[in-house]
Amino acid sequence: MSRPAVSDTDFDVPKALSGTGGWLDDRFHGARGFRVLMRKVFPDHWSFLLGEIALWSFVVLLLTGTFLSLFFVPSMNEVVYHGSYTKLNGIRMSEAYASTLNISFDVRGGLLMRQIHHWAADLFMAALTIHMLRVFFTGAYRKPREVNWLIGIILFSLGLIEGLFGYSLPDDQLSGAGLRIFEGVLQGIPIVGTYLAYFLFGGPFPGHYIVPRMYIIHVLLIPGILLALITAHLFIMFHQKHTQMPGKGNTERNVTGQPFYPYFLAKGGAWFFFIFAALTLLATFATINPIWLYGPYTPVAISSASQPDWYMGILEGSLRMMPAWEWNFLGHTLSLSVLIPFIVPLTVILGGASLWPFFERWATGDKSYHNINDRPRNAPVRTGVGVATVVFYGILWAEGANDVIADKLQIPLYTVTWIARVAIIIGPPIAFLITRRVCLGLQRKDKEELLHGYESGIIRQLPHGEFIEVHQPVNEERRAVIEAKKVPALMPVPGSEDENGIPAPSSRGAFGWARGVANRAFAETVAVEADGHGNGHGNGNGHHGDGHGPEVAGEEHEAVGAQGSTGSAALPPGEGEEG
Amino acid sequence: MSDMEETQGPEGSGGPVAPHRVIGTPPPAPRLLGSTAVTEDGEAAEAAADEGFEEHLEGLPLDDPRVVVHGKRAERVVAACFTLAFISGCGFIAAYVGLGVHTLDKTLRSNLALGTSLSVTLVALGLGALIWVRHLMPDVEETEQRHDLRSDEKERQAFQAYFKEGTANSQFVKRPLVRRTLMLGTLPLIAAPVVLLRDSGPQPGTSLRNTVWSPGRRLLVYGTNTPVTPAQFSAPGGMITIVPDGFQDDQDALTKAAVILIKFRPGELNIPTRYNGSTLIGTMNWTVDNIVAYSKICTHVGCPVALYEQTTHHILCPCHQSTFEAPTGATVIFGPAPRPLPQLPMTVDREGFLVARSDFTQPVGPSFWERG
Repeated sequence: MSRPAVSDTDFDVPKALSGTGGWLDDRFHGARGFRVLMRKVFPDHWSFLLGEIALWSFVVLLLTGTFLSLFFVPSMNEVVYHGSYTKLNGIRMSEAYASTLNISFDVRGGLLMRQIHHWAADLFMAALTIHMLRVFFTGAYRKPREVNWLIGIILFSLGLIEGLFGYSLPDDQLSGAGLRIFEGVLQGIPIVGTYLAYFLFGGPFPGHYIVPRMYIIHVLLIPGILLALITAHLFIMFHQKHTQMPGKGNTERNVTGQPFYPYFLAKGGAWFFFIFAALTLLATFATINPIWLYGPYTPVAISSASQPDWYMGILEGSLRMMPAWEWNFLGHTLSLSVLIPFIVPLTVILGGASLWPFFERWATGDKSYHNINDRPRNAPVRTGVGVATVVFYGILWAEGANDVIADKLQIPLYTVTWIARVAIIIGPPIAFLITRRVCLGLQRKDKEELLHGYESGIIRQLPHGEFIEVHQPVNEERRAVIEAKKVPALMPVPGSEDENGIPAPSSRGAFGWARGVANRAFAETVAVEADGHGNGHGNGNGHHGDGHGPEVAGEEHEAVGAQGSTGSAALPPGEGEEG
Repeated sequence: MSDMEETQGPEGSGGPVAPHRVIGTPPPAPRLLGSTAVTEDGEAAEAAADEGFEEHLEGLPLDDPRVVVHGKRAERVVAACFTLAFISGCGFIAAYVGLGVHTLDKTLRSNLALGTSLSVTLVALGLGALIWVRHLMPDVEETEQRHDLRSDEKERQAFQAYFKEGTANSQFVKRPLVRRTLMLGTLPLIAAPVVLLRDSGPQPGTSLRNTVWSPGRRLLVYGTNTPVTPAQFSAPGGMITIVPDGFQDDQDALTKAAVILIKFRPGELNIPTRYNGSTLIGTMNWTVDNIVAYSKICTHVGCPVALYEQTTHHILCPCHQSTFEAPTGATVIFGPAPRPLPQLPMTVDREGFLVARSDFTQPVGPSFWERG
């Protein structure tokens, strides 16, 4: 970069600081620990900032939420409004709604804090989503980070409930309708549904209990759990050290970056200020949740084009898409048109995400540590499944606004729903197949680049008149990135035995057969090595499945790179294609 | 940024040197350290390099004039940012003190002033910190070794050995009676939280099956709370919302009892009568003067079915677009609702006002397990 490499350390630490430090060290023996902490290295990559967006949004949520709780009255007692928002004067409403009007129009800065809080909640969930996608697509959830992945999924799930309860608190017409839908869904749960609904709402909907109950869950119970889990998430990340992207000099055994003090501290601080600023700008110039326009809740009325906050869109879309299936038997009703949308999509996505690291481990037989992230193209099955999931989510999410889509695109409403119904079935598999092909194609391009260099843009005329474009070899950094690819080993074929006569895992029944199929899918690759390794890459390298701690991948790759730079022409044609 | 030059393709072959960067060619490999999205994008990186703020100071001594000048400039920019943050922060406090609220206009003005000043303060602080770290702090890159997460075999065995010793000392294995009665003793405590939640609400009983409508209860127009005669509601095609007399403001009651009233032209209404085989077991024709009353609560998840399309006679729920055909008994023609909107039997009382003939003959609203 553009700065001198050393700084002048010839100055005295102020007595106040060194004195306090000494006092603390006398009592806590902290000098060593805090030195290590200050020097802790943080790798730098733009995608590592995504989780931080969620973290800083959460901090903003705590700050603004505390402010709001000073003025909000979590009560459903009815009052007749006489206040600053004169259009609602004389209207009966709950104290919760009246106090939200009060926060908006009678507390200085109240409107700003309310809107920052709401925007921060939306950003929190969005950042969590994108952060989880980053972790998934780069394989950062692999050993040893599975537990942090699971904590992340719990954080996301709790965030959904926290958000739903939060925006329902003002007891306005829009959120009340959302709450009514929630109650209607609860009722539909077999056997215990009506009891759940009656116990949660303290009787028939809406009753007088739900706002105070949601309030305590929203401001104490869930934030407490979130705070504990976020702390655990950060400590685990800190202890296990951050992953890093493939690059020159980056190995499974090291971590390269800038120290916590002062670099990461300053950058992290700047990032917090930027996120807080972005939320404040949104809150200042983009109105969100203008509850005074919606009016107080009444079960009799509703406004058209009612949409929940974005993260609830998937549930809304699932409900809209579902055909009217219901099963009546033996005096009971099984309301599939409610249950399936409520349970299936989130279970498929979040349950699938929870199980994925263990499924991948089972399918690949890979028990080694992974500190260097995968490039998405180098894991076609994972990337394909990820994109298929995004498509699945996206269709359900878009269907949640089918009335808006129908209106804006001038498509009949029912046609939009029918398109979504078809797309939800065929969309994800198509997305998987296309993505997998694209990944393999990109791998082929990598291989091409490694063997023949990149197109330099220089056109040269040969003596006999032909024009050619000069290819130039890729630089070392690029070479390191391309060669960081690792592919799961192929398991022994079904029916084979190892030297002790133990049959291959893939020959053990239907389960073993499925494992073999999954294994072959995961092992599909376009090999980049120039040593004619073919599709058996990783086979016999001895670093997969031995379980004896992390391998020393850097050395191995350096060796391959050295060979590749001179011996690229030696690759026999056809070798190294996918098998 | 300045990596650009270092990472040009090899030039030793004597051939022409590649141009700075050709669109469509792979970018020079970005350094992970200190590189953000900007450095990944060659174009933006070039733009940043052209600004002149980037100089090549690597390896220069601290007293080199270029280093000193660069540092001075960066210092001034950072100081300007922090000063701006101070001024804007003072502006925030001034806006709080000076601008009142209590009316819509004043609130919006206050919001604008507070929000703008706070945003500027935060942006200035962030920008100052960022320029500080990128242009004043020396570029330190450190490589740490990772430690094995797995403890070595000796540690593991020592742990196991002590765990066994401790367990043996506890007599937990040897004395199953203690072990089992301990588990027994904690069992009720685990159930206690669930038990304690019992009083959080009444049992549903049969309360979801009926509403507050009863024979003779008047239909009031929602909003004005006035009773309605068939003659008053004479223009065909409209839809009005009805609440039960005596429960106009009871939200719990209205959640189930809200009703819509639709007036048809003679002959349009075609509500099926109910047969069991060939025996007439009931009639759904509880209309008065071509006026029909349906439950306003959607049979899907309970939203009010608030949209009515006069030309097609479709009742639409705005939440999930369940669509009901009004003239044929509010049967479902699209969407996730599993069954028609229940019809409220109506008649007129002695004074000529519309009243309920009875409660709904089936549960209104969303399905539930005990509904059957």
